[in-house]
Amino acid sequence: MEDDAPVIYGLEFQIHIIDFDDENNIINKNVLLHQVGEIWHISTSPADRGVLATCYNKPSDSKVLTCAAVWRMPKELEPGSHESPDDSSSTAHTLELLCHLDNTAHGSMACVTWEPTGDGKKVISLADNHILLWDLQESSSQAVLASSASLEGKGQLKFTSGRWSPHHTGTQVATANDTTIRGWDTRSMSQIYCIENAHGQLVRDLDFNPNRQYYLASCGDDCKVKFWDTRNVTEPVKTLEEHSHWVWNVRYNHSHDQLVLTGSSDSRVILSNMVSISSEPFGHLVDDDDLSDQEERRPEEKSQEPPQDSVIATYEEHEDSVYAVDWSSADPWLFASLSYDGRLVINRVPRALKYHILL
Amino acid sequence: MAAAAAGPGPGSGPGDSPEGPEAEAPERRRKAHGMLKIYYGLSEGETAGRPPGSDPLDPTDLNGAHFDPEVYLDKLRRECPLAQLMDSETDMVRQIRALDSDMQTLVYENYNKFISATDTIRKMKNDFRKMEDEMDRLATNMAVITDFSARISATLQDRHERITKLAGVHALLRKLQFLFELPSRLTKCVELGAYGQAVRYQGRARAVLQQYQHLPSFRAIQDDCQVITARLAQQLRQRFREGGSGAPEQAECVELLLALGEPAEELCDEFLAHARGRLEAELRSLEAELGPSPPAPDVLEFTDHGGSGFVGGLCQVASAYQELFAAQGPAGAEKLAAFARELGGRYFALVERRLAQEQGSGDNSLLVRALDRFHRRLRAPGALLAAAGLAEAATEIVERVARERLGHHLQGLRAAFLGCLTDVRQALAAPRLAGKEGPGLAELLANVASSILSHIKASLAAVHLFTAKEVSFSNKPYFRGEFCSQGVREGLIVGFIRSMCQTAQSFCDSPGEKGGATPPALLLLLSRLCLDYETATISYVLTLTDEQFLVQDQSPVTPVSTLCAEARETARRLLTHYVKVQGLVISQMLRKSVETRDWLSTLEPRNVRAVMKRVVEDTTAIDVQVGLLYEEGVRKAQSSDSSKRTFSVYSSSRQQGRYAPSYTPSAPMDTNLLSNIQKLFSERIDVFSPVEFNKVSVLTGIIKISLKTLLECVRLRTFGRFGLQQVQVDCHFLQLYLWRFVADEELVHLLLDEVVASAALRCPDPVPMEPSVVEVICERG
Repeated sequence: MEDDAPVIYGLEFQIHIIDFDDENNIINKNVLLHQVGEIWHISTSPADRGVLATCYNKPSDSKVLTCAAVWRMPKELEPGSHESPDDSSSTAHTLELLCHLDNTAHGSMACVTWEPTGDGKKVISLADNHILLWDLQESSSQAVLASSASLEGKGQLKFTSGRWSPHHTGTQVATANDTTIRGWDTRSMSQIYCIENAHGQLVRDLDFNPNRQYYLASCGDDCKVKFWDTRNVTEPVKTLEEHSHWVWNVRYNHSHDQLVLTGSSDSRVILSNMVSISSEPFGHLVDDDDLSDQEERRPEEKSQEPPQDSVIATYEEHEDSVYAVDWSSADPWLFASLSYDGRLVINRVPRALKYHILL
Repeated sequence: MAAAAAGPGPGSGPGDSPEGPEAEAPERRRKAHGMLKIYYGLSEGETAGRPPGSDPLDPTDLNGAHFDPEVYLDKLRRECPLAQLMDSETDMVRQIRALDSDMQTLVYENYNKFISATDTIRKMKNDFRKMEDEMDRLATNMAVITDFSARISATLQDRHERITKLAGVHALLRKLQFLFELPSRLTKCVELGAYGQAVRYQGRARAVLQQYQHLPSFRAIQDDCQVITARLAQQLRQRFREGGSGAPEQAECVELLLALGEPAEELCDEFLAHARGRLEAELRSLEAELGPSPPAPDVLEFTDHGGSGFVGGLCQVASAYQELFAAQGPAGAEKLAAFARELGGRYFALVERRLAQEQGSGDNSLLVRALDRFHRRLRAPGALLAAAGLAEAATEIVERVARERLGHHLQGLRAAFLGCLTDVRQALAAPRLAGKEGPGLAELLANVASSILSHIKASLAAVHLFTAKEVSFSNKPYFRGEFCSQGVREGLIVGFIRSMCQTAQSFCDSPGEKGGATPPALLLLLSRLCLDYETATISYVLTLTDEQFLVQDQSPVTPVSTLCAEARETARRLLTHYVKVQGLVISQMLRKSVETRDWLSTLEPRNVRAVMKRVVEDTTAIDVQVGLLYEEGVRKAQSSDSSKRTFSVYSSSRQQGRYAPSYTPSAPMDTNLLSNIQKLFSERIDVFSPVEFNKVSVLTGIIKISLKTLLECVRLRTFGRFGLQQVQVDCHFLQLYLWRFVADEELVHLLLDEVVASAALRCPDPVPMEPSVVEVICERG
C-alpha cells in the first residue's frame, strides 16, 4: 500500500476517500456521508488515521453557524487498509461522531488544526476572533476546552486560517486574520509574533516549512505567496507573484521543502522550486564518502550554478477556481488539487526534477 | 679838367633850358646816360629812350649814332621855312648849353673821386713797406722758438720716463693701501650695514690675497679678512634667518652669501625653510577663513585670496630659487619640486575643504568662476614647476568638483521631481470646490512636465558653464570628452530619467497597498508622464544635451531606445498598478457588501442595493479620470441591444443557441456540466493582467478585478431565496451600466452570469426572480 496515496476532500454532505494506485493508475472512490451539514474545512488526526475533524455549516433557517466536530470513519475505509477494494465504492458509509467542539459561545469555526506530533489529543480551532485549544479525552469521545485566547481590536476581527507548527515541540501556532499573521504559544496562549500587513489583502492560507523551523509560507488575495522568517518579520524572505488572482492554498512538500504548491482562483496550480530558502539550498546533501568512488563526476557537478528559484510547472487542468491543493503524505512526488467545479486533479512532480533532487 | 669840359657852350647855362619844368628832368638824364653809354660803346642804351619807329641809322637824328650835321643842315634848309629854322637854331643852342653844363658837372664829380683814390694808393704803399719789416722780424723769432723747443724736449726726455715709473709705483701703493685698509673698511662696512659694499671689497681682494698668501704680511691681512668675512656671513645669515623682511631682501641676502662662497646646498635648504615659514603663514590664514565660526567669505574671495597669497608667494619663491640656485642642477630643481608638491598638496587640501562647503549651494557661476581663477592662477607655477605637477593636481581638483556638481544637480533634479510629486499630491488632496469637476489632471500633468523640463534645462545650463570657452580648464580632455558624455549625458540626464522611472516604479511597490498611500490619480498621472517621456521628451532632452555638449567622446552611451523602453515599462507598470488599486477599491466595496449582509434572512428585493449604484458611480468617475489622460482605445463591436440583454441564465425558455449556463434546481450537475462546456469555449480570463495604454483597457481591467471579487465572495456565502434574487437584481443592474466601459462586453456578461450561477448554487432554495421583474426593478433604480 506504500504506492497508494489516499486523498480526502469534502463536497457538500459527503466525504470522498479516494485511493490512488500509483502502479496501475487506478482511482478508487469511497463515499462517507456527512449528514450534519455542508463541510467548509477538513483535517485529519496525525496520530489516528481513522479520525478526522470537520468544520461544517449547520443548516438553519435564518442563520448560518459553522460548527466543528471530530469523527471516526469506518474501519474498513481507513487509508492503508486493503479490505474493500471495489464493492464499497458505490455504497455510502456513515461517519461515527466522536465529539462536538462546542462553539456556541464563540461563533463560527473557521478551521481545526491538530497537534502535528502529539498523540492526537490536542486540537486547536479558530472561531471568529477566538483561538481555542481543546483536549480530546477518552479516545476522543469528549472535547474539553483547555485554554483559549481572543483577539481584541476595533472592527470585526475574524480568523481565516491557522496552522500548527511541527517544530518547537508543538508549542507554536500561526493564525491569519485579515492581512495579519500572528504566532501563538500554546502553553500560555499568548502572542509570540505578529506580521502586520503580511499581504496587501486578506491572507488565505499558511504553511510551515517542515524542515526549517522558522520558515513560514503565506498566501493571500494580493496574488502573492510570501515566505517569512518568523524571527524577523519586517520583511518577507521571498515573494512570488505568479498567480493572477487570489491564492487560496500554499503547501510545502513534506520531505523536500523546496517544492511549494499553490492553488489559486485563476484556475491554476503552480509548483515552484524554492531552492534558495529550502533546507537543501545547494541540492541534496550527500556525504562525501559516498561519492569518493565518483570523484570524476564531482567537479563538473560542482561547477554548475546553484539552482535558481523557479516555477517548475503551471497546471491548467482546472476550468474554475482551485480552492485546495495538498501533497500526498505517502508519496512525496504526488499531489492533488480540487477546484470549484468539483474536479480533482492528481499530478506528479516532473520526473527530471525528481531525479535532480534525489541525485 | 673842369674848364675844358665847360668850354663848348659858355652862353648856355643850366637855367637856359626851355624844358625847365621838373617833369622833364629824368627823361633828360636818361638821355644823357644813354649818350654816355653810346660813347663808351655800350649797346644796351641804344634801344632805351628812343622813340619807336625812328630809324637808328637815320643821319638826321640828332641823338643817333650816325648823325651827319651836313645832311641834317641840308635837310633843315630845304624843308623848313625861316621861322622854323630860327626856332631850331634857338632850340639847338639851348640844348648845347644844357649838355655843356651837364658835362661840367660830371667832370667835377669824377675828378674828386680820382684824387681821393690816388691818395689812398699812396697811403697803401707806405703801409705795405711797414708790414714787410714786421714779417721779417716774425720769421726770425719763429726760428728762435723752434730752436728752444727742440732743446727743451731733449732736456725733458729722461724725466718723463721717471715720472711714468713713479705713477706706476703710486698705483701699486694705493692698491696695497687698499689691502692694508681692507680689514678696517670691511669692519666699517659691516658696522654700517653696507653688506653689499663689503662683499664687493672682499670679492676684489680675495684673489690677490689668495695669490700672495705666502707673504706673512698678506697672510695676516687675509686672516683678518677671513675673520671679518666670517662675521659678515654670520650677520648676513642672522639677517636672513630673522627674515621678517620680504622675499626680495632674503633673495639679496642669499645672493650675497653665495658671493661669499657659502655652501649653496645648505643655503638652498635654509632658503626653502624660510619660504616654507612664510607660505605656511599664508596657509594658516586661509585655514582660519575656513574655520567654522566666522562666516566664511564666498568661495570666489577665498580662491582669490589663496591665489594671490599662497600661489603668488610660491611663484616668487620658485622664481627666486631658480635664479639663485640655477647652478644646483637637477638636484636643486628636485628639491624645489618636492617643496612645491608638499605645500601645494596642503593648499589643495584647504581648497578642497572650502569647495566641499560649497557643494550645498546652488550658484554654479560663482563656483565656476572661483575654479577658473584657482586653475588659472596655478598655471603660472605649473609652468615654473612642471615637475611638481601642481597643474595636474589642480585640474584633478577641478574635475572632482565638476563631478560633484553633477551629482549635486542630479540630486537637485530628483528633489525637484519629488517636489513636483508632492505638489501634485497636495493638489489632488486639496478639498475640491463645489461645482468644480475634480482637479484638472491634464493641467497638472502639463505643469509637472514643464516644471521638470525647465529644471532639466536649468541644470544643463548650469553645468554648461564648466565647458564655457573662456574658462581656463574647459579645454582639458576631461571637460571635452568624459565630462560631456559620461558626466552630463549619462550621469545627469540619463541618470535622472532612470531615477525618475525608479521613483515612479517605487509607487507600485509601496507596501501600503491597502491604505492607498499613493493617490490613484497620481499613479495615472505618472504613468502618462512616463508614456509622454517615451514618445517625445526623452529624445528631445537627449538631443538637446548632445547639441549643447558636443560629445566628442567615443565611449558608449545609453541609446535613446533603451531609455524609452524603460520609460514605457514604467508607464505600463504604473498603469497596471493603477488598475489594481482602483480595482481593489471597488472590490473592497463589493466584498464588504457581500460579507456583511445576512443573505439568508434578507427580504424580497425591491431595489438595487446602494453599493451597486456606488460601484457604477465610481466606475464612471474613474472613466472620466482616465479619459482626461488617455485615449479612448478600441472596443469590440457591440450588438445594438447590449443594454437590453437579460440574463440568459434564467431564460432557459429562450436559449438562443448560446452555451449559457441554465440553472435548474433539480439538476445541479447539469449546471456544472453546462458551465464547464461554456468555459471550454470561452477564453480564460486573466484577472490581473497587464493593460494597454488606453481608457477602455484600463476600465476593462478594473471591472474584471471587481467582478471576479464579487464572484469569489458570493461563493463563500449561503443565500436564501431572496438573497439569490437580490444578487440577480444587482447583477442585472451592473450589466446595464458596466458594459459600456469595457472592450468586450461579453466579458462582463460572462462574469456576471457566473456570479448569479454561483449564488444559485449556494442557495438551498433557489427560486429565481422573473427576468421581467428584475428589469423593472433595475430600470426603476
